Amino acid sequence: MEITKKSNDITGTIFINIVRIVFFAMIFLLFLVLANIFIEGIGIISVEFIFDSPRNNMMEGGIGPAIFGTLAVTFIMVLFAVPLGVFAAIYLNEYARDTFLTRVIRTSVNNLAGVPSIVFGLFGLGFFILFIGKGIDEVLETGLLFGQPCLLWASSTLAVLVLPIVIVSTLEALNSVPKSHRDASYGLGATKWQTIKNVVLPQARPGILTGTILAISRGAGETAPVLFLGAAFFLPNLPVADLCIGDYCITMINPAEQFMYLAYHIFILATQSSNPTVTLPIQYGATLVLITLTFLLNITAIIFRYRFRKVIGKI
Amino acid sequence: MKNIKISVKDLNLFYGDKQALKNITLDIPEKRVTAFIGPSGCGKSTFLRVINRMNDLIDGVKVSGEILIDGINLYDSNIDVVNLRKRVGMVFQKSNLFPKTIYENIVYGPKINGIKDKKVLDGIVEKTLIQAALLDEVKDRMNEHAYSLSGGQQQRLCIARTLAVEPEIILMDEPASALDPISTGKIEELIQDLKKKYTIVIVTHNMQQAARVSDLTAFFYLGELIEFDGTAKIFTNPSIKQTEDYITGRFG
Amino acid sequence: MNELNTETRTKTEVEELPPFEMKAVSNFGKKISLATRVREKVIHYFFAVNGLMALVFITLIFIFLFKEGFRALEHIGLLDFIYFDRTDINDSVSRVFEWYPTSTEERYSLIPLIIGSLLTAIPATIISTIIGVAVGIYLAEIANPKAREFLKPAIELFAGIPTVVLGFLMLVVGATLLDDFLDPTNRLNAFLAALGLSFVIIPIIASLTEDSLHSIPDDLRMASYGLGATKWQTISRVILPAGFSGVSASIILGFGRAIGETMIVLMAAGNAANLTTDIFMSVRTMTATIAAEMGEVSHGSDHYFALFFIGIVLFTITFILNLAAEVIINKMRKKNTF
Repeated sequence: MEITKKSNDITGTIFINIVRIVFFAMIFLLFLVLANIFIEGIGIISVEFIFDSPRNNMMEGGIGPAIFGTLAVTFIMVLFAVPLGVFAAIYLNEYARDTFLTRVIRTSVNNLAGVPSIVFGLFGLGFFILFIGKGIDEVLETGLLFGQPCLLWASSTLAVLVLPIVIVSTLEALNSVPKSHRDASYGLGATKWQTIKNVVLPQARPGILTGTILAISRGAGETAPVLFLGAAFFLPNLPVADLCIGDYCITMINPAEQFMYLAYHIFILATQSSNPTVTLPIQYGATLVLITLTFLLNITAIIFRYRFRKVIGKI
Repeated sequence: MKNIKISVKDLNLFYGDKQALKNITLDIPEKRVTAFIGPSGCGKSTFLRVINRMNDLIDGVKVSGEILIDGINLYDSNIDVVNLRKRVGMVFQKSNLFPKTIYENIVYGPKINGIKDKKVLDGIVEKTLIQAALLDEVKDRMNEHAYSLSGGQQQRLCIARTLAVEPEIILMDEPASALDPISTGKIEELIQDLKKKYTIVIVTHNMQQAARVSDLTAFFYLGELIEFDGTAKIFTNPSIKQTEDYITGRFG
Repeated sequence: MNELNTETRTKTEVEELPPFEMKAVSNFGKKISLATRVREKVIHYFFAVNGLMALVFITLIFIFLFKEGFRALEHIGLLDFIYFDRTDINDSVSRVFEWYPTSTEERYSLIPLIIGSLLTAIPATIISTIIGVAVGIYLAEIANPKAREFLKPAIELFAGIPTVVLGFLMLVVGATLLDDFLDPTNRLNAFLAALGLSFVIIPIIASLTEDSLHSIPDDLRMASYGLGATKWQTISRVILPAGFSGVSASIILGFGRAIGETMIVLMAAGNAANLTTDIFMSVRTMTATIAAEMGEVSHGSDHYFALFFIGIVLFTITFILNLAAEVIINKMRKKNTF
């Protein structure tokens, strides 16, 4: 029996090693990118940088308002996108039977995910600002308040943009609840909604949370849609207003205002600043902050998803 | 007295800390059908996979002891596992044909061995399909997708595919358990035919099948080899009580 | 001794038992209360309305995009979107393909923009396919399972980098490196943008390739190894062919993403609407055009509608690509390849 001759698979070993090298080269590249941002940006990070406004034509000061704007926009975006997306996913997974309509809906979700982000900007302009916004202004006779670029419409547009992310994550989370659990609930005489509320949703919660985190990360990083939906390079005030009931006033986000936005800020600084050499550290600093934000969000989501999958036995 | 093809001495196998095979010692003769029987989890499939070192593909498996084929120790450091598997073929419980045509499935083995000549390949296809008693049924369908065949036909195609690499030993892990009685019968006929040329080791949980098909039978229980003898003897007059209890259905 | 006591109950004893009264009411015939039924129905419809939302939004995008975009055709003919016949002082007419909406002779040819988009997207897709498929193969077939658990997220982390950051890096670091190594025609060019795009597309292709290959059942690998194939033979002859549809779909989706990307090309491709095949020249993509010019047009002008028209073209292209990818994935599910 000839089994001692070594098989001659030199080509195979070469290819496998090429694949290995390519992979680790990619990982190395990722590391280089992050290192570059970190090294160039860390120097300017300070408490003032995070909280102060920009001064002197963007050549000094900080990026506080831009951070605030990003947080405000993504906050409202989440308010819109998460309930809508979660409920849509619940419908698709728990209620809908496999009809033509549901297949069309699923296709729509996939296509929504593939629409270019700038087209979402056009949509926000054409639909939210010029149609809905103008409509509200006419009905409420508020002049030109809602019919122009502002926080509300930027958030709404981003909400539509991240909707597929929330839906897909929620679907995955709902699917991971075994059919046997639902059967057990029905077998004990529960109604469909009782089953969803008490059995399915609690188990799916980590997955839904993962989807929300990923949506936030995506929304914070998108620039194209907000380019003409209300992002501004410099605003003297934060987009807040006081809501007063009698003598009692609280400061709230004012959705009808324009806003500064971290991703947009980086874009303008990089392409249109009057003195690129001076502003370069600020550009790197802002980038570092944005990357840290998105990375922390993404890593949290990934760890969540990993532990979630481990719990349900997929790993 | 037939020649010994596979000789096993004090073979132990561990999945991590769990010991799956304990001190297995037996000699399998060539050109005969040897059956491994025993209840679920007794280690018969695990032992089968030692013979073509498929266990290597699982993490955390440790093997000690000796297993020789034609006098060569399988776990010797200059053994090429890839070549070993060309000499020791395997037919699995569920047919695992590639999503390719019938023709392409059979020539996969020869092609990875460097055979490119179409005439030679065609010859191999015809020969193995005859051996697998499948030629008549598929000779007009060679370029159809392999999954279009029935369960029994697919399993016979798997056998043809295994034969195409010209092994000396064929391992069969419950080859007919997923098949209907008629297909099972055809496979069993096939085995009787194949043993004229190949050494066959078959794992089965179906005792009647073992009795029909094999020349020798080994009874495994909880990782140990309890008894190994001629099939006729095992099934009519076993020496060890445990074997008798299993055969007669006292446990299983 | 253990025989059943069948003789015990005599006829009289049976008659003396009290009559059997239905004490409890069976619940089987009882219907669920009306309130509960109504509540369940309302909840069902509530979720259904939400479920329709994705469909509603994509339809709305379609409607509003096309509504504003087709208004461009009121003043700009369809052919004007392709070419413009310029008359010289000498009265000789030349056909030009230029996008120059702000000049006195407004020119709206989309050709340079489409070429610009292709000049960035195609090289990006080629590079990303080679690297992305390799990465996918590594993760699915070569990496050991424990390593895979944190290597796959590492690649997904790539996908989480905001595109504006990638554009920024290409502008600040990439351009200089490219200048030093390849001496391009323009400092900011299509190739530079393509490199930046690759950062976005490689994770997409890698992730989908990995999913596709990973979902191929182990049975096939066992069959291949059992026949004495090596690892690479198994990958190249069994796994990749079986996963071909999934990999193709991922490439199509990657290409669609490349065409639709805005920030990287806006920052790194140079923004000059040149009609060229030189990937080292500055180009303008469709996406960058909308992004750069929308802020400066007056609402209702021809230029404004023309930008929406570009939006229509973009939407249609990516819609078709997405549909194609979905069809491929569905066909492969039916055909039982993976």
